[in-house]
Amino acid sequence: MSLPTFKSVADHALLIEFGTHVDDDLNKKVVALDQVISRAAISGVVETVPALVNLLVIFDPMVTTHTMIQAAVSRLFPLDVTDHGGQAKHRVSVCYDTELSPDLICVARANDMSVNALIAAHLSAELRVSMYGFAPGFAYLSGLPQAIQVPRKPSATRGVPTGRVMIAGPQCLITTVVMPTGWSIIGRSPLQIIQDNPDDPFLFKVGDTVVFDRIERADLPIELQSP
Amino acid sequence: MKTARFKVSFAGPLVSFQDKGRIGHLRFGVSSSGPMDRLAHRAAHALVGNSNAGSAIEVSLGGLILECISGEATLAVAGGEFSVQCGATKTSGWTTQTIHAGEKLTLRAGVWGSWSYIAFAGQLALNKWLGSTSTHSMSGFGAGTLIGGVEFEVQKAEVREARVGDTPYPEVAGTTDTIRIVIGPQDQHFDPQSVDIFCKKLFKLTDAFDRMGVQLQGPELVLKNALSIPSEPIVRGSIQVSGDGIPTVLLADHQTTGGYPKIATVLSADVDRLAQMRAHDVVRFKAVSAEDAIAATRAHHAICQATIEKLAAPKASLTEKLQNQNLIGGIVNAYD
Repeated sequence: MSLPTFKSVADHALLIEFGTHVDDDLNKKVVALDQVISRAAISGVVETVPALVNLLVIFDPMVTTHTMIQAAVSRLFPLDVTDHGGQAKHRVSVCYDTELSPDLICVARANDMSVNALIAAHLSAELRVSMYGFAPGFAYLSGLPQAIQVPRKPSATRGVPTGRVMIAGPQCLITTVVMPTGWSIIGRSPLQIIQDNPDDPFLFKVGDTVVFDRIERADLPIELQSP
Repeated sequence: MKTARFKVSFAGPLVSFQDKGRIGHLRFGVSSSGPMDRLAHRAAHALVGNSNAGSAIEVSLGGLILECISGEATLAVAGGEFSVQCGATKTSGWTTQTIHAGEKLTLRAGVWGSWSYIAFAGQLALNKWLGSTSTHSMSGFGAGTLIGGVEFEVQKAEVREARVGDTPYPEVAGTTDTIRIVIGPQDQHFDPQSVDIFCKKLFKLTDAFDRMGVQLQGPELVLKNALSIPSEPIVRGSIQVSGDGIPTVLLADHQTTGGYPKIATVLSADVDRLAQMRAHDVVRFKAVSAEDAIAATRAHHAICQATIEKLAAPKASLTEKLQNQNLIGGIVNAYD
């Protein structure tokens, strides 16, 4: 495997890039590198941030430099991409009630399929946690079937509450904070990605897989049952 | 143990509790938050005689009025030059005062600066999230935002009369019109002329300014076809440029990833100075190499460390106060 590219970010970070197009194979390299860096305990590394095709290493500029981090990371290659075991498989409950899922019908229409076929395709997908991004607990799940993909909406919906299952392009996520979004809401989930556990507060690890189980409206917690 | 109780009589927007920040959770979408001006936050704690920079109140341009409803405590204010009234005492800028039950503390935006900090002699009793009280404005996680009617406690509250008085702020805490950057990491997505323009022309801060970031106004930056780049990690100080060519500097509560290319990144030594500027202030970006950026950070760290040590020294007499001021002035000169 050839070395990735390294780019200096200000005085305290190094961006390590495997490619420029979203691709699960590139993301697997990111995840593998993230794991070997954490095992290597490189002096001065403060934290690493795995994203879709690149990884940011944040370091303490009082202790180390971009050049030293690049040298230490380069020594970790070649990576064994297959050897990053320990991924969990999560089963996540989703209610696809059309009254609670404002974009379900639009997404089905856009893909020229019935709502039931859309739900079946979503339930059949095995998605992969490719990164967290944007806001606390926003886990980007990749691998949505082509047949049910829709682009981002041209304008954002404001104030989308927590627990919404949304899709855009090949990705799916479950909202954890109230925010504006241009993604399409196709379901509602009682899942709490941010857990009440200070030592391990986020349910998913990057690289984990996620599959959905269908539940009915009555199975949702009371506070999620109203439109 | 003595406790002082406070009630918020009035708070402008974006007045929140902040400790030094929540480090280590960017991989889960959580930016560090913490003070917009980290040096001023440490300085307020040093001035009031706290050995650790724990939680403090970050006051925005909107201002804050607190009422002490019981107990008493010494408190210090540091940050931009805000006007300060504590009980009957009126002053401005960096100051240490004692507040007693029935008195009010009022901070209002003054001559310069967007953020000021109030640190108490004692410990603010606050909720933590992920080990930190810092309030993340987008989610509300952390100890929270101060709004009218909110009450809070300072536990182990102390009166430290020897610390009371005004302190001239050291120059390292002021603003500057030149902000150092390292170009990239996505400068390849810009027309080369735009990168050049970015380093040569002046930009103005706009009032699209909150704890997540500040939008700039200036010459248009031309993106190549870069609107579909994969979402990439963001740091405090990243300057991302949206599709319409408008740059935004990301600050303490920044989103952790973004799909807009980042033309440059502000040095950690300068990003808080930028955050202290106000809408319509003018800024010039100066590109430095990554090596020079590290050298600058190390020099800045040494100055900050020395400044905090001087501020932490008790000011028992006027002679000592004057000495402290001279020492701080000397350090600033060496930095310039």
